[in-house]
Amino acid sequence: MSSNDTPMREVARRAFATEFNDASHTFKESDDERAPAYQLLPTGEKANRVFFVGTLTEKEDIGDDNEYWRGRIVDPTGTFFVYAGQYQPEAASALRELEPPAYVAVVGKPRTYETDDGNVNVSVRPESITVVDAATRDRWVVETAERTIERVAAFDDEGSEAQDASGSRSSSGYNEYARMAADRYDLDPQQYLDHAVEALQSMEGAKSADADETAETESEPTP
Amino acid sequence: MSELETHAAEIAEQFSDQLEIPQEDVEERLYTLVEEYRVPLEEARRSVVSHYLEEAGMERDELGHGDNEETLLGDIGEDEQWVDLRVTVADLWEPGHDSIAQVGLVGDESGTMKFVAFDTSDLPKLEEGKSYALSNVVTDEYEGSFSVKLNKTTGITELDEVIEVGDDAVTVEGALVDVQSGSGLIKRCPEEDCTRVLQNGRCSEHGQVEGEFDLRIKAVLDDGMDVHEVIFDKETTEELTGIDLDEAKQMAQDALDTTVVVEEMIGDLLGQYFRVTGPVFSRFVLVDEFERLSEPADPEAVLIKARSI
Repeated sequence: MSSNDTPMREVARRAFATEFNDASHTFKESDDERAPAYQLLPTGEKANRVFFVGTLTEKEDIGDDNEYWRGRIVDPTGTFFVYAGQYQPEAASALRELEPPAYVAVVGKPRTYETDDGNVNVSVRPESITVVDAATRDRWVVETAERTIERVAAFDDEGSEAQDASGSRSSSGYNEYARMAADRYDLDPQQYLDHAVEALQSMEGAKSADADETAETESEPTP
Repeated sequence: MSELETHAAEIAEQFSDQLEIPQEDVEERLYTLVEEYRVPLEEARRSVVSHYLEEAGMERDELGHGDNEETLLGDIGEDEQWVDLRVTVADLWEPGHDSIAQVGLVGDESGTMKFVAFDTSDLPKLEEGKSYALSNVVTDEYEGSFSVKLNKTTGITELDEVIEVGDDAVTVEGALVDVQSGSGLIKRCPEEDCTRVLQNGRCSEHGQVEGEFDLRIKAVLDDGMDVHEVIFDKETTEELTGIDLDEAKQMAQDALDTTVVVEEMIGDLLGQYFRVTGPVFSRFVLVDEFERLSEPADPEAVLIKARSI
């Protein structure tokens, strides 16, 4: 109906820092100059926007003439790097004002940068950075673990009659972005599932979990 | 029945309230046009209807459409359909114009919908909270949302039974990832029946106007799989932000700038999780109720999911 008038707003994907930083491949789905650019998550999803919550541990103005802020934001698995300059005035001013350590929520766009030695650094160009509380951070960890687990569970979907349990994949059942990830990366999606499980276990609420069962899960190889 | 006979029967039915027309009479007129003069059937029908309209001294829009399907509001999805409804008047609003006799919301088990009755139709007034059978109402579409219009031929019968009004509200949740332009302290067009939000003091319909202040927040909730655009009106915005309209006006006056209001509001909204409930209008969820999701998250359920893989 009316959704054809304006382009659909891109969903903010949830990924932990380790997976996000591994996602070095970017692509477009049309030749149009203004077509959105996507980052390919190794668990098989395209991301034009991300949302994450973590602890701002450091900030530094690395600009020469103009302010250019770099922030390190830590989640249970690793560190997100955010860069905000004059074209992200709200995010830059948030970084200027903030005193680490602080829990922050970030909405932003993935950016990649190829270094001289051929490595690809992945960072975030923030649209907004706001201070949040510990409960919001915990909620994000659980939500991001769940999304990650769903992606790993659907990774091998080939479009056979076997629909995955989450039912969230495309109706054809064929997981296009997982195929692209398998093709582009030499990264086992299982490791991101393990990170998600560890992140959940690191939380307060999970500390009472049965130790035996936890050990079993970790040692048990998934086919 | 042949196609021609079906049309004849329908036409006779359409005029059954005003004229006593034998179906054979209608058939004969149709037959002459279609068979002898080779007029297409639809055109022949139109011509025959015009003839009887003249005979009855009626306008075309006074004409009934025979027996309509009794329809649920939730099934209405097409413009200019004639339908019969069994509804309860859920809400009556202040008519914004002299030409409108009544405007408000009617509801049935499938949800609610706006209705309009025009002054020229000279219909008995509907009362709030009462249930009616409404025959011969016309559907209307504007920017993807539907309403029904009552007209001269609309039959209004008060019902003894009470039609339950269903809840067409949806509940969505997610992180609030964006507050869009046109949020905070805004100005609306003061013209009657126009509530458009002004852009730089201009209404897209009425041009430069002296606007009336209002509060609202247009935001995006995102759960990592879907995005939902939601609108908080003045009441829910005040509840959400703790800033009421008077305070907002004062803030804007002190700063000589209305944008300070939304800037003050967003710090406490962006990056927070919300669950909101309300009806869907166009592509927006209009927030009736909201809840900040601050309860501790439960990692156990997700761990169980991980183990089941």
